[in-house]
Amino acid sequence: MTDIADAALVSEVDEVIIRFAGDSGDGMQLTGDRFTSASAIFGNDLSTLPEYPAEIRAPAGTMAGVSAFQVHISDHDITTPGDAPDVLVAMNPAALRSDLGTLVPGGTLIVNKDTFEERNLAKAGYDHNPLEGDDLAGYQVIEVAMTTITKDACKDLGVKPRDADRSKNFFALGLVSWMYSRPVEPTLDWIDAKFAGRDLVIAANRAAFNAGHAYGETTELGAQRVVVKAAPLEPGTYTNINGNTALSWGLVAASQLSGLPLYLGSYPITPATDILHELSKHKAFGVTTFQAEDEIAAVGAAIGASYGGSLGVTTTSGPGLALKGEAMGLAVSLELPLIVVDIQRGGPSTGLPTKTEAADLMMAMYGRHGESPMPIVAARTPTDCFHVAIEAARIALTYHTPVLLLSDGYLANGSEPWRLPDVADLEPIEVEYATEFNQTNEDGEGVFWPYLRDENLVRPIALPGTPELMHRIGGIEKEDGSGNVSYDPDNHELMVRLRDRRIASIPVPDVEVEGDADADLLVVGWGSTWGAITGAVRRVRAGGLKVASAHLTHLYPLPANLGDLLGSYERVLVPELNLGQLVRILRAEYLVDAEPLTKMKGQPFTAGEVQHAILERLDGMGGGRS
Amino acid sequence: MTDVLDPGTEAEADAVPETTRADWSSDQEVRWCPGCGDYSILTAMQLLLPELGARREKTVFISGIGCAARFPYYMNTYGVHTIHGRAPAVATGLAMARPDLDVWVIGGDGDMLSIGGNHLIHALRRNVNLNILLFNNQIYGLTKGQFSPTSQKGKVTKSSPVGLVSRPFNPISVALGAEATFVARTHDLDRRHMQEVFRRAYEHEGSSFVEVLQNCNVFNDGVFSTITKKDVRDDMLIDLHHGKPILFGSEKQYGVARRPEGVVIVEVAEVGIEYILVHDETIRNPSTAFSISRLAKTPATPTPIGVFRAIDSGEFGRSVAAQIREVQAQMGRGDLASLLRSQPTWEV
Repeated sequence: MTDIADAALVSEVDEVIIRFAGDSGDGMQLTGDRFTSASAIFGNDLSTLPEYPAEIRAPAGTMAGVSAFQVHISDHDITTPGDAPDVLVAMNPAALRSDLGTLVPGGTLIVNKDTFEERNLAKAGYDHNPLEGDDLAGYQVIEVAMTTITKDACKDLGVKPRDADRSKNFFALGLVSWMYSRPVEPTLDWIDAKFAGRDLVIAANRAAFNAGHAYGETTELGAQRVVVKAAPLEPGTYTNINGNTALSWGLVAASQLSGLPLYLGSYPITPATDILHELSKHKAFGVTTFQAEDEIAAVGAAIGASYGGSLGVTTTSGPGLALKGEAMGLAVSLELPLIVVDIQRGGPSTGLPTKTEAADLMMAMYGRHGESPMPIVAARTPTDCFHVAIEAARIALTYHTPVLLLSDGYLANGSEPWRLPDVADLEPIEVEYATEFNQTNEDGEGVFWPYLRDENLVRPIALPGTPELMHRIGGIEKEDGSGNVSYDPDNHELMVRLRDRRIASIPVPDVEVEGDADADLLVVGWGSTWGAITGAVRRVRAGGLKVASAHLTHLYPLPANLGDLLGSYERVLVPELNLGQLVRILRAEYLVDAEPLTKMKGQPFTAGEVQHAILERLDGMGGGRS
Repeated sequence: MTDVLDPGTEAEADAVPETTRADWSSDQEVRWCPGCGDYSILTAMQLLLPELGARREKTVFISGIGCAARFPYYMNTYGVHTIHGRAPAVATGLAMARPDLDVWVIGGDGDMLSIGGNHLIHALRRNVNLNILLFNNQIYGLTKGQFSPTSQKGKVTKSSPVGLVSRPFNPISVALGAEATFVARTHDLDRRHMQEVFRRAYEHEGSSFVEVLQNCNVFNDGVFSTITKKDVRDDMLIDLHHGKPILFGSEKQYGVARRPEGVVIVEVAEVGIEYILVHDETIRNPSTAFSISRLAKTPATPTPIGVFRAIDSGEFGRSVAAQIREVQAQMGRGDLASLLRSQPTWEV
């Protein structure tokens, strides 16, 4: 099989957005993932959006069972999985019906026409066949009998027709790989490795993939072949990585950088479970993973491990964070290092377990009883999860405090190319434990006071096992210094204020402004909105208008320069995947008339949506053109 | 690096220093109600630990919430007073991270069988290396007198003014149901017995579960006096001894025999000594121990004490650590740079 056979027939585009949609059993996540990998190796910049139903096996052929994977590939730096797909691959009528609305007008629609028969049409809720008639006018429709051709291709291999049917996603992958001039070897190699020992499956998948590729090459599709050239990425070694993997590796890195063994207490919950899976693999790094009986035990065990000198971590999503609230308060009171990771999902209650949302900020900030401040950091991209995990550990271990790390379903499952950092460039995390008395009692004897704070108000930690420094700590209010139980009113007020001040005074880097510093409008974001905001700001500026953006990694404490920065813009817009949580904090903290841009669809913002909101406001401000 | 921390390794080589009760007592004033059964449990522990040759710096008491849970403050060891019900969870993390420590878990019947019941049964199921002492006084003391999950049916309390309608947990039966590898009962009026049971719990590898019948003289006074007072003990406590026939009564005139419906109390003279059940702590099947635990439904009838079950089984934390060591022996220590390159990579 050749690569780009006849250059004359291949047109160049700078980017393309492809959406693979089919039944949950059709293997669309795998298809999308393979296409992404091939594109990454080809050198494109890319961003992905896997979307799948919460049910493991929704009834086949129904709208509820549609699983989709959107990938945006380009020859330049991109920040989102794209506003609307240019190409939709629909493996059955339900996929067509549910996802057609996302396709750009005039976009390319590739359908497996074998599935458009009466039963499937009825399951999808069609009373007619949309392939006949005018339903799809305005799109370039490519109807392919994928099932038939795949079965034919497998006929002589000894593969049963039913098994051959399961390879049709590789046909689709082969066809789209041909259309976008993807290298074929990585996919064929992957098939060989993935299905090693199952020769018939390898043969069927290879045959299907090759048949799809050949179909593109030998039919009238010739004119439609395009190439998206490699993006001018910074030189280096790259890998394609999703947020949960990057976060897991960040935790492993933090363990190495601090010299503390990593201990994860976790309870399975979508979309955080993959971190438990990933870390369970890394025993070679001395990682202990503990699948607890519930969310509370998971955080409790992490606190216990942290008390013993491990880097204690617990991972969860919103419902689990709610359950961990009391134990997080204990960690605040004990002033022990702890990382609490919340991979946010749609809420309230069970909500939308597999869909993204970022509505846990208020719970992260205030979701514990009493005055119990915790530093909060949030990742902005899948690869940023690596760095933010290290930052969370650095704060926790330096300032002896539990830290909340916020990510979300979109970052967790979405992937992008990552230029691997040089491990030697990662800064070590200094950890100090007390080994000597720090106080003298009335009898002139040396004693250890666990709440005798240093200049940063950080208390000393003496690990159990340290001779002579035996002491007791607990959730009851403690006397300043000695740590003994105290119900004294003045002492309580002092301790509340000390705990508040020591977290509020943790130094965090200044927030940086991107775009036009002298613009009238500043767009402020946190978490995964970075991609859409950055994409939107680039587009608006490319259109000759001025706009600036600032993105917060540290949500508590907030950067010291944020107040002045907000005050220096005429308008401040805060896009969030909630009903306006950060915007309330900014208004309360800084008395600025910041306005929200909200979305609650279980999907990330598109750059177009943010762009539209920016333009509306610039319009209303009567100018802004540079 | 990144091995289990053990800051006391160097000290380990030295002989354990001689200690006394004073060395194990913290400088904090004990604040239980005067006459509380907790005092005698504390004394028993403070006197026992020097005898066991334990090291104070290697000893950690973890507790939840309740009267019993104040225990760690009075021990001159490491200690954490955590939150209601969660002590077994916190202790599990500590014991996994630090197999070099002796971790004791202290809690009451509300703490460990109500709000924290889930953590208790899972700690026992996993066989984490913990010594769990449940002070059972059949009442909520710290919140001033509500019924607990071990209160007897019909019990009149502030939250059950016309009598409790639900039946209680039998803590020993719960622990045996979770297949705990060490299960024992003792009571606060017999220091020698307490110390013997605590010593056995300390020496057992894995989860040791001890129910201590404890008097709350303010909210549930005398609830166990029908069985634990000195003058009734002989007839009302069935002291279990491994390898010995299960006999009790001032003349050892009563015994326990196996019947199709379970074990029952019999008169030795009627059935003959050869029919009396010989106690065996080491039977892996917990059924017989469970049956013995069912002999007394309320403290009004003869109640077994002592060690019900003590079997060797893989300890959880060490098994988890062994998996890590095995992987490291096979693959070597993890290398971060290699981890980052463990998925397909490409060069630009």
